[in-house]
Amino acid sequence: MRDATKTSVAPGSADEATAEPAAPAAPVRDAAKPRSLLQDAVRDLVRKPLFLVSSGIILVLVVMAAFPTLFASADPQLCELGRSLQKPSADAWFGYDARGCDVYARTIHGARTSITVGVLATLGSAVIALLLGLISGFYGRWIDAVISRGIDIVMGIPFLVGAIVILNSFRDEDGFRIGGIWGVLTALTVLGWMSMARIMRSTAMQTKQSDYVTAARSLGASTGRLMFRHVLPNALTPLIVLATISLGVIISAEATLSFLGVGIQEPTISWGVMINQSLGRIRESLHPLLFPAGFVSITVLAFIMLGDAVRDALDPKLR
Amino acid sequence: MTTMEKTANVPAPRSDEDYQGPLLEVRDLHVEFHTREGVAKAVNGVNYTVDAGETLAVLGESGSGKSVTAQAIMGILDMPPGRIPQGEILFRGQDMLTMPENERRKIRGRKVAMIFQDALSSLNPVLTVGYQLGEMFRAHLGMSKKDAKLKAIELMDRVRIPAAKERVNDYPHQFSGGMRQRIMIAMALALEPDLIIADEPTTALDVTVQAQVMDLLAELQREYNMGLILITHDLGVVADVADKIAVMYAGRIVETAPVHELYSRPSHPYTRGLLDSIPRLDQKGQELYAIKGLPPNLTRIPAGCAFNPRCPKAQDICATDIPLLHPVTERDGTDLPGRGSACHFWKETIHG
Repeated sequence: MRDATKTSVAPGSADEATAEPAAPAAPVRDAAKPRSLLQDAVRDLVRKPLFLVSSGIILVLVVMAAFPTLFASADPQLCELGRSLQKPSADAWFGYDARGCDVYARTIHGARTSITVGVLATLGSAVIALLLGLISGFYGRWIDAVISRGIDIVMGIPFLVGAIVILNSFRDEDGFRIGGIWGVLTALTVLGWMSMARIMRSTAMQTKQSDYVTAARSLGASTGRLMFRHVLPNALTPLIVLATISLGVIISAEATLSFLGVGIQEPTISWGVMINQSLGRIRESLHPLLFPAGFVSITVLAFIMLGDAVRDALDPKLR
Repeated sequence: MTTMEKTANVPAPRSDEDYQGPLLEVRDLHVEFHTREGVAKAVNGVNYTVDAGETLAVLGESGSGKSVTAQAIMGILDMPPGRIPQGEILFRGQDMLTMPENERRKIRGRKVAMIFQDALSSLNPVLTVGYQLGEMFRAHLGMSKKDAKLKAIELMDRVRIPAAKERVNDYPHQFSGGMRQRIMIAMALALEPDLIIADEPTTALDVTVQAQVMDLLAELQREYNMGLILITHDLGVVADVADKIAVMYAGRIVETAPVHELYSRPSHPYTRGLLDSIPRLDQKGQELYAIKGLPPNLTRIPAGCAFNPRCPKAQDICATDIPLLHPVTERDGTDLPGRGSACHFWKETIHG
């Protein structure tokens, strides 16, 4: 707070210094320093334990995804059958899986895939939702009818069936299925934007009715300016919140697809892949399943908590 | 191609330079809204003109069609459900209703601007006032961000917002009601338009601020020689500022008059009713007069004169024949310029 005040005063300070005695207004201005809605929200957020805890977890996970070697020195691809299914120990904190790979190293390295897929798929579907929702909410009439029915149709596709169809179309020249992250990303993006688009559409419709949009129109603003400068910033909040929440859902959806064997495949490591591999020997030892599954749960929880906190901070009605 | 351009281009500048007629002329304007209950006829044949430097006050109750007329002029009616079945809106002789939308948009803000009633909801809450003021210059004149901000500060000074330089980066909610209305006025004035439509600019303000804002508006109007259409239901606001008044009832103009004549000698029973229902100090203790009944439902406007069910002077003819806007004369037949009354019994009303 103090820093913010300082930097904002700095540019004018040279003039102010010369006019020092005749500046009784200065302290008053400090008290009423302009704060945008976003700044207000940030101020609210940093005081919330829910936000601090969830963003702390997410920060750790992101660092983990970016620099896995900081956390795990062991090679995740080095598997020795001799240590198959060994229990957790000081050497290998999470033990070894059926093939004798270090579960801890694999979990840490798996964070990258899971979080990349989660973040990119959420961003992708949020962008689709934003554009389609904004256009249909702003223009209304037949454009809205076409887009809304389109949303209904895509929503009618059962998630798993749709995902399997999309993933099966990702094949290399020899006809083998590609198990990288692109297929999963596409599937999750294509099947994940609908509810966000609906929210965007309804808030855009609501915002469009505002007096300030009419006022801007009467002062000669073009359609593009009305849409992106006046409607969009005022209609964005619910979409941001829903996107944060759906990030968690998308990470678990990625795990689901990989677990079913249609998503990401070896040699790419992801939490879903690890869960899938652990199932064969589940009755002998549980730890190869529990650790990656636990990470999925914690990540999803952290993102949903973040979404909740962001919603509370951005929603003026809850102030 | 060249000939087409010539024929299209040549008359336009000429009509702009040598144009002699009124700045704005509304001719026989009709606006209706298609609702589930039927067709609501909000405006039924409105005519008025505004010249440069002139202030026309449009007076009427809620639902009399005064705001809808203004919205039709600005082209911000929601269509559908709104519809303009007939009428012309001539700005410098050009019909704005038949103009292509992009040409019309260029007139909006640059030539004709509007001030809204509720300044808080008419300013975008997520953008600073400096940004919104500067937007006029950036969008219409292609100015740089920096120049636009300087212009914004200049404008805020112009409408006498104290400490404009420091406040330019504030958000609308950080201003008081009067200051917000000044910002609205500044936005409308930004490009020095020829005509400003002020839709109840002071209704949301308290009385002392009302006077300040009206004074400011009148002063700026004089300075820029703008035409001003002042839409209001407040007879007190009108008296000081307006040159002429048009009184509307159920989508029609029922009386037109120069401002002081209307107050001293109304020629329509509705206007008389409005004037009589102003609280007056010398009638302290007496019951305040009110026009009986309610404004008509616009989907079922009464036959004949729309005011007849509420009119104290109503006769049989009032329920059958729609009165036209008769020119009003003195008792001996001398013309009273600018006066008109849509009442079958205007003579009896004005001359007692």
